[in-house]
Amino acid sequence: MEIRENEEKKFDIKGLDLYYGKFQALEKIDMDIYANKITALIGPSGCGKSTFLRTLNRMNDLIPGVTIEGDIRFDDENIYEKDYDVINLRKKVGMVFQKANPFPKTIYENIVYGPRVHGEKNKEILDHIVERTLKEVALWEEVKDRLNKSALGLSGGQQQRLCIARCLAVEPEVILMDEPTSALDPVATSKIEGLLGELALKYTIVIVTHNMQQAGRVSDNTAFFLSGKVLEVDNTAQMFSNPRNSKTEDYITGRFG
Amino acid sequence: MNKKSKNAIFYAIIVSLSALALISLILIVGFILIKGLPGITTEFLSQSPSKMGKEGGILPIIIGTLYVTLVALVIATPIGVAAAIYFNEYSKDTRSVRMIRFFTEVLAGIPSIIFGLFGFAFFVVFMGLGWSVLSGGLTLTIMILPTLIRATEESLKTVPMSYREGSLSLGATKWQTIVKVILPCCKSGVLTGLILGMGRAIGETAAVMLTIGGSMRMAESLLDPTRTMALHLYMLASEGISEEKTYATAALLIIIVLIINTIANEISRRMIKLS
Ligand SMILES: Nc1ncnc2c1ncn2[C@@H]1O[C@H](COP(=O)(O)OP(=O)(O)OP(=O)(O)O)[C@@H](O)[C@H]1O
Ligand SMILES: [Mg+2]
Repeated sequence: MEIRENEEKKFDIKGLDLYYGKFQALEKIDMDIYANKITALIGPSGCGKSTFLRTLNRMNDLIPGVTIEGDIRFDDENIYEKDYDVINLRKKVGMVFQKANPFPKTIYENIVYGPRVHGEKNKEILDHIVERTLKEVALWEEVKDRLNKSALGLSGGQQQRLCIARCLAVEPEVILMDEPTSALDPVATSKIEGLLGELALKYTIVIVTHNMQQAGRVSDNTAFFLSGKVLEVDNTAQMFSNPRNSKTEDYITGRFG
Repeated sequence: MNKKSKNAIFYAIIVSLSALALISLILIVGFILIKGLPGITTEFLSQSPSKMGKEGGILPIIIGTLYVTLVALVIATPIGVAAAIYFNEYSKDTRSVRMIRFFTEVLAGIPSIIFGLFGFAFFVVFMGLGWSVLSGGLTLTIMILPTLIRATEESLKTVPMSYREGSLSLGATKWQTIVKVILPCCKSGVLTGLILGMGRAIGETAAVMLTIGGSMRMAESLLDPTRTMALHLYMLASEGISEEKTYATAALLIIIVLIINTIANEISRRMIKLS
C-alpha cells in the first residue's frame, strides 16, 4: 500500500475489534479507505464483511450487546468518540442495503425523505433534488411520469436504484453498499455496476460483494476477509493477478468459500 | 379410513361449526331487531325520556353514550400509542418492562365491574369529579387502554426492520423515524385498536354504572352526570319499566355499533389503499 501514501484517506481504521456479546466478529482490523475510490470487501459467508461495513456508519449501534474497540477515524475524527455526532456521520456516510428497502411512500417522497429530515422545506429545491438524483442513477426516464406513485410498484432493480438515489439525495461523501446487486437479475446488476464507476467520480464507495467478477470489474482496491480478520488488502488488479496470501488466491479462484 | 374421507369429514365439521356461529349471530341480531325496530320512531330518537324511560325517547342518552365514548377515545389514543411506541421501540426487554407488560395484559382480563369500582373510588370520590361524563370516560379509558396498546404494538411489530435501518442510515433521528416512517405504516393497526376499544366502551355497562351517575337529562358539560344506552337498557330491563323501549334501545345500540364499524372499516380500507 506504500504506493498510495499520498492519496486522501477517508477512513483510517486501526486495531478494530468487534464483539457480539462474547463472540468476536472482527479482530484487529487495520485498513485505510481512500477518497473517490471503490473499495470492495470480499470473503466467505460469515467472515464479518457486513459487520465491518456497518461499523463505518455506526449502524451496529442498533444491535444490543455490541462492543467495539480500536479506532475508526473518518476525516481524522474518531467516530466512536463519546460525543461524536452520529446523525451527521450517517448524513455523510450513506448506506445501500442488500435488499432494496424503499419506504412505502411515493417515489418522490422516498427521495425527499432525507433532505426533509435535515430541514430542507423549499419545494423547488426538493423537486430539483429528485430530478438530479434520479438522473444520477439513470432512473429518471423510467419514472418521471409516476413520481407520485408508490415506490413499491417498481421492479427490484428499479427499487435498488431508487434506494441509491435516496441515499444520494442527502449528498453523502461515502456510500456503503452491502451486496447491492445480490437480489437482482444480470441486466439490473450491470446497470448498477455501470453506475458505480460514475458515482466514484464524486463519492467514496465501499461495496461488499460475493461476486469475484464484480469485485474485479468495479473496484480499485479490495480487502479480503476471513474469519473476522483482514488477510489482505491491496490494489484490486494487483490482488487478483498476484495475491500475496495463498488463501486469498484460493478464494479468488473459487477453490473455497 | 382413507385420507380423502378423513378430509371430507374434517371439512364437514368445520363448515357446520362455522354455520352454527353464524346462525346464532343472525338469530340474536334478528331477534333484537324484529322486536326493537318498531319502537325506533322519530319520536324515540328525538325526545327526552319521561316517567323513568317508560315514555318518550332517548336522545340525551344517545348523546351521553357518544360523549362518554368520545372522551375515552380522545384520552386513550395518545396514551395508548405512546405506550406502545415505548414498549416496542425504546424499552430494552428488562424485568420492569416485562412486569408492566404483564400488568397491561392482566388489565385486559379484569371484569369491568372492578374498573367501575376503581373509577368510583378514584375519579368520582378521590379526585372529586363526581358522577360525570369525565369520570365515566376516564374509567373507560383505563379499560380500553390494554386493547389499544396491544393492537398498536402488534402493528409496530409488523413494520420491517429494514424501514428503520433505511431511515436511520439517512441520518434521521429515532424520533423522526418513528413519526415519519413507522407510525404511518401503523395507521390501520391503531384504528383497529380504536374500533375494538370503542366497541367495548359503547357496550359497557358495569364500568359506567358506578361512575356516570345515570341521569337521563342532557349532559351539558364534562362534569354533568349522564347515562349510556347500555346502562339505560340495563335499567329498563332490570326494573321492568318497558319492554318496548328496552328492545328499541337494544336495536338502536346494535345499529350504532354496526354503523361505526362500517365507517371505521371503510376508513381503514382507504388508508391501506393509499399506502
Ligand atoms: N446481530 C448479530 N448477533 C450475533 N452475531 C452476529 C450478528 N450479526 C452477525 N453475527 C455473526 O458475526 C459473524 C459475521 O457476520 P456478518 O453478517 O458480518 O458476515 P458477512 O461476511 O456479511 O456474511 P455474508 O456474506 O453471509 O453476508 C457471523 O459469524 C455472524 O453469525
Ligand atoms: Mg453480509
